[in-house]
Amino acid sequence: MKFAFYPGCVARGGTPELLSSSLAVLEKLEIEVEELTKAGCTGAGVLQEKNPLLGDTINVRTLAMAEEKSLPIMTLCSTCQGVLSQANHKVKKDKDYLKKINELLKEEGYEYKGTTDVKHLLWILVEDYGLDKLKDHFIKKLSGLSFAPFYGCYMVRPSEALGFDEKPERQMYLEKIIESVGATAIEFPGKFSCCGFPVLFINQTNSLKMVSNHTGSAKDLGADAMVTPCPLCHLNLDGYQGKARKNNRGDKADLPIIHMPQMIALAMGIETKEIGLGRHIVSTEEVVNKI
Amino acid sequence: METSCKSLLKGIMEVKLKVKRFDPEKPKDNIWYQDYNIDIHPSSTILDALINIREEVDGTLGLRCACRASICGSCGMKVNGQAKLVCKTRVEEIAPKGEILLIEPMGNHTVIRDLIVDLDTFFAKIEQITPYLQPDSEPETGEFIVSNESMDKLLTEMNCIMCGLCVSECTVLEVDKTFIGPAALAKASRFVYDPRDDQTDQRLNYLNDEQGGIWDCTRCLQCVEVCPKGVSPMDRIMDLRESAIEIGAKKTHGYHHTNSFEKSVTANGRLDETRLAIESAGIFNISRLIDLIPVGLKALIRGKLPPLFPHKAEDNKKIQELAKKIKEDK
Repeated sequence: MKFAFYPGCVARGGTPELLSSSLAVLEKLEIEVEELTKAGCTGAGVLQEKNPLLGDTINVRTLAMAEEKSLPIMTLCSTCQGVLSQANHKVKKDKDYLKKINELLKEEGYEYKGTTDVKHLLWILVEDYGLDKLKDHFIKKLSGLSFAPFYGCYMVRPSEALGFDEKPERQMYLEKIIESVGATAIEFPGKFSCCGFPVLFINQTNSLKMVSNHTGSAKDLGADAMVTPCPLCHLNLDGYQGKARKNNRGDKADLPIIHMPQMIALAMGIETKEIGLGRHIVSTEEVVNKI
Repeated sequence: METSCKSLLKGIMEVKLKVKRFDPEKPKDNIWYQDYNIDIHPSSTILDALINIREEVDGTLGLRCACRASICGSCGMKVNGQAKLVCKTRVEEIAPKGEILLIEPMGNHTVIRDLIVDLDTFFAKIEQITPYLQPDSEPETGEFIVSNESMDKLLTEMNCIMCGLCVSECTVLEVDKTFIGPAALAKASRFVYDPRDDQTDQRLNYLNDEQGGIWDCTRCLQCVEVCPKGVSPMDRIMDLRESAIEIGAKKTHGYHHTNSFEKSVTANGRLDETRLAIESAGIFNISRLIDLIPVGLKALIRGKLPPLFPHKAEDNKKIQELAKKIKEDK
């Protein structure tokens, strides 16, 4: 099993523990990856506000790189997954637009035909690798733990671009994978909500209210931690939880925000240092001690 | 069509509804969930089921509806947690095996009774964006003549039926009542891009500067997902952001954020997170820069501060060339 690897900017920046834990899990599962080292940032929807054509062109260029290798793309980030899927969906629907973009890419020798599949590691583990086979690698049961799932907007919307018409069950994969490690996936109403990261530097008051609402209510519902496939959600929910909870609930940050691959790695018995659990702002110690 | 034909042959199915009730006249315990089980044809809509309950089972159930054909936009409510027009939603689509349907009033609206919400705030926000044409002068020939092409862009915005589903699901309105909101901002774009209107810059400046304006949207896509008419309010807000920048409305953190993002991706092919945080705050905005220090220090101690010198995509000059070419072609 081999994929064109697109780790995204944040896994190489603010969340190095996401990259190390993902690579550790992939190695155990013998899933081969070849990084698209020339690929650009997806633009995260932000670049698209100012320069949508540049954003789409960079993304189609990435899709074309994978197409050249005849490999599907593996992402580690809900936002990368969503924005690449949106660009893919857009050019598959609008052939004239694809032609315009291919014209821009011609000089570099790329021509995208529209055949690349883009898949988040979460989808790959469930759809391609299979949860039963995955469970064979687990040596530790996380049965005493309760996790709140938090998907990240772009993993669930727009459903049309994410293939939910054919695979509606993708909206339940995070719960499924939490249950596969033996933990309890709590029914968390905020699981498809916005973490507030996109407006962190624009309207911090609103962003912090979102952080406080989600982490506070997950804690109230009995969660030991929140599990997310999105490093941007992690950055906001982990990094700003202290300030958000103090400002809006008058309490303290007490909900660790675990990257989905870190949870898998814990069940595989991989060393906590290797998967960067000590790098979190909100301590993960209690979660680790409960295993 | 095929489903409907099959459904006609299926006969009757039992539908279980759990409906959120609210009676403002009750002094206490005035919010509760009530279960209803009724027999109904599988191809019926959820609205059919609710009307059946009101007419045959419980006349006290309050709900609002009119056209029953997804034209009037009156019957918005939450079905299993997501806002929908219930006249457009078939029972068998949502509960094919007779699962319980959870029916609640729309979110981000004040509830008047049961499933009926107050739309005064919704229309106040529509009023806020001056929802009518403002031409500088009267047309010479008695009417404004516009080309079909110039009206094409408005077709999606003009499909809005003011049902309020986008407002119900808006993640910003959940935390900030001052946000103008997806419906009113989509309506604003309908006037910004209308060739008969002469207040384009004034409108864009207002939407750019006003508290709760275009830059407060989180781009969470909830409004795009639930809109029953394909208006895609978030995409309309993104159009407005692009247009506001084009007329030079740049004194917002939102502009600095997107501008920094573009500069970083163009220069390096990758995002420079440190530069994004500093430039979004404003490089001369001392108080906002100081505000970044505590989290920055914590990240530094934990070894997760983004690199001061950003990662670059291999062969990043190719992305610079692409950006240059797109700029030249504009």
